[in-house]
Amino acid sequence: MGDLVLNINGANLHVNAPTGESLLSVLRNRLNLTGTKYGCGEGQCGACTVLLDGRAVRSCLTPASVAADAKITTIEGLEQKGTLSPVQQAFLDEGAFQCGYCTSGMVISATSLLRTTPNPAEEEIVRHMNGNICRCGTYPRILDAVKRASQMIAKGGSR
Amino acid sequence: MRTHNELAVGLAQHNIHDTLGWFQLDRRDFLKIFSGGLLVCLTGASAWPQESGRSFDDHELPKDISAWLHIAADGCVTVYTGKVEVGQNIRTSLAQLVAEELMVPFDAITMVMGDTDLTPWDMGTFGSRSTPTMGPQLRTIATAARQTLIETAARRWNVPPATPRAADGKVINPRKSQSLSYGDLTRGEKLVKTVSNEVRLTPAKDWKIAGTSIPKADGRDFVTGKHQYPSDITRPGMMFGKVLRPQGFNATLVSLDISEAEKMPGVKVVRESDFIGVVAADAWTAERALVAFQAKWNVPAQLSNKELFDSFKQNPETDRDESGPEHVTGSVTQAMAAAPVKLEQQYTVQYIAHAPLEPRAAVAEWVGDKLTVWTGTQRPFGVRDELAEAFRVPTTKVRVIQPDMGSGYGGKHTGEAAVEAARLAKAAGKPVKVVWTREEEFTWAYFRPAGWIEIKSGAQRDGTVIAWEHHNYNSGPAAITTPYNVANQIIQFHPTKSPLRQGSYRGLAATANHFARESHMDELAHAVEMDPLEFRLKNLSDPRLCAVFQAAAEKFGWGRLRSTPERGFGIAGGTDKGGYVVTCIELEIDATSKKVRIRRVVEAWESGAIVNPDGLRNQITGAIVQAIGGALFEAIQFADGRILNPHFAQYRVPRFSDTPQIDVVLIDRKDLPSAGAGETGIVGLAPAVGNAIFAATGTRVRNMPMAPLNAVPGEQASPFQS
Repeated sequence: MGDLVLNINGANLHVNAPTGESLLSVLRNRLNLTGTKYGCGEGQCGACTVLLDGRAVRSCLTPASVAADAKITTIEGLEQKGTLSPVQQAFLDEGAFQCGYCTSGMVISATSLLRTTPNPAEEEIVRHMNGNICRCGTYPRILDAVKRASQMIAKGGSR
Repeated sequence: MRTHNELAVGLAQHNIHDTLGWFQLDRRDFLKIFSGGLLVCLTGASAWPQESGRSFDDHELPKDISAWLHIAADGCVTVYTGKVEVGQNIRTSLAQLVAEELMVPFDAITMVMGDTDLTPWDMGTFGSRSTPTMGPQLRTIATAARQTLIETAARRWNVPPATPRAADGKVINPRKSQSLSYGDLTRGEKLVKTVSNEVRLTPAKDWKIAGTSIPKADGRDFVTGKHQYPSDITRPGMMFGKVLRPQGFNATLVSLDISEAEKMPGVKVVRESDFIGVVAADAWTAERALVAFQAKWNVPAQLSNKELFDSFKQNPETDRDESGPEHVTGSVTQAMAAAPVKLEQQYTVQYIAHAPLEPRAAVAEWVGDKLTVWTGTQRPFGVRDELAEAFRVPTTKVRVIQPDMGSGYGGKHTGEAAVEAARLAKAAGKPVKVVWTREEEFTWAYFRPAGWIEIKSGAQRDGTVIAWEHHNYNSGPAAITTPYNVANQIIQFHPTKSPLRQGSYRGLAATANHFARESHMDELAHAVEMDPLEFRLKNLSDPRLCAVFQAAAEKFGWGRLRSTPERGFGIAGGTDKGGYVVTCIELEIDATSKKVRIRRVVEAWESGAIVNPDGLRNQITGAIVQAIGGALFEAIQFADGRILNPHFAQYRVPRFSDTPQIDVVLIDRKDLPSAGAGETGIVGLAPAVGNAIFAATGTRVRNMPMAPLNAVPGEQASPFQS
């Protein structure tokens, strides 16, 4: 067991976890941050996506110890003082979910894309988001939501 | 009677007990939950006449209540139904129907769903039944509630009951400027009303809340991660459990060494005959302990994909009623002998996995002899019965709560994770969470049945179909009868023994039967040299299906462009479970790689009066996307009791890059009752894709999936890639 300090959504959290335990397992099972989802544990579905220093990673394949030096952002950290992030707002406005289980990972992946590519072409969105599965098949609306978020950011909404 | 037969087979396939349980909450519990207000119950028994204004203190409640609604003294409306929300948006659309009839704002309604201690018994959420059955039931109780409130106000004002009217959560006396909110009317009251007979419901043409695109209830919680799915539930002192899986189906345990696992701190091994599991304070340790088990298994030799279809033909399910074909008219033999155009073909569909993104999950907690389980299931009452049976306790000692889950698509009718969590929790003396891995979900859940279908047909040279014989082995009888006018028919479903565990799936056999029928109709159209749409309309008289064909064709621009070797157009349609669907496809095929890329889908849909257009559009779009997987590349590969592709890296599901431009054309028939829309939107895509591939290349693919990642053993390899 190791004592880790993880910077999650702006707060330093102490957690005692064995070496090798995945960041996903630590978030969900030790810190009760259940917005990040388990979908496959193999980096194939994107449900567990979080931001490490702004970059999207699969938390199921990332040992928590590796994340100890980074700023970790989970779905719970995007809303600021009761205001949704542009990507969250765009997903809500477009109704870009059905069961919603993939939504956290989708929102985080889109957030990371728009951070580096504020005005992505459709092919860029598809390429960047292709590792995220929506089994309900809401892809067309998710594409629309990412485009809408891009426009919101261009009009001055923060990322 | 087809519906009855289908249901019977459906129930058998879904492992559902056909004994109906009755609602068991007694009057005291009732009073505990509802300290006052107005309670309206819907009962099926005609012995319960309409009553109003009686106190429920001395009122024996009927046992066969199917839904109820409560209006509290603060005006809050709570609706209780055993249906569950799995992403199909039924929480929102049912609340809209209640708000409409009760005449309250949508936001005034809270839906309590799928909690076996709070909601009346319900068979389950499947078969596209929630909208057509629960919808009218909830509308009936909402209407009765509104009438009771109006009568109560009339008494207070001492005016005839016909005078006041209801609007926006209030009763108004139009003769004077009097009004009372629903809360004012129910405060201090203990009113109960039972309704069993039909009441006059608001016609869809007059709907103001129903029929509109109200956003998903609690939508904000889904973009912030706040919504708690079954796998997100935690309880004080909760531990984490894992279960040892055999190395294959029908395996027997030869030896087991648990010493390494038992040495791990905080690990408890649970062994009860065939059940071997482990609990630990954290999930990571539980997983490590499971890996530390040294188990040897004996797995018997078993069937693989290669022998599957021969096995279906040779292994009828003799337990089931073999009373002959579902449907026979005229004489197929005579008509075939006389037909100038004849065709005979076989079609197959493989087993596929539901792969809901949230795998099976449950949290179980025992308090004394009372068990509570939070789990993802489409049948909370069925899972309650499974638990009661497993632990030999009365059903009143078991509560199943279904938080809105990470979907199911027909794949979560059963309670495996619930039973496992409860077993481990009982042994550990603490609440236990069990979440299946993706590999467990791919292996130990159940599959959409594979199927072998034979169709024999005969037509006149002018395109009139005169003979039709359709046999389905194993995949199921849903939508097996043809909507086309054919004088001479034999149609039969043959239940067979399945080497893999199989069960419900979105659209179930309707997909297989439509794939076969609509591919075959296309083959016949080409044989008589007619346009596929013109050929279908010539043989069709169902005005609803004709209208949907025409709407799809018009939007798509059917017939404007001719297929070329690299661009194909296809059309297919049909009806099932009260929904009518036609799908038009434009696809591209690369000349060298033979890669098929679906570019454009137009799907026209009609299911009576639309309750929520935006939700319906989302649902139909999702069905189209999900259908792409089964049509082109999804297939479970298995051999010797093992699933060979139990990971998303090997079992391909549709992704962003597979998604074409999709146009959904909704036909709103306000003059017709609302049917369910969760399933049938999936059935048109596969045959339309096959027909488009043929139109482009002249090659007919009769096996689903039509362009799998790896060739499925036992099937002719597809010339196409996807």
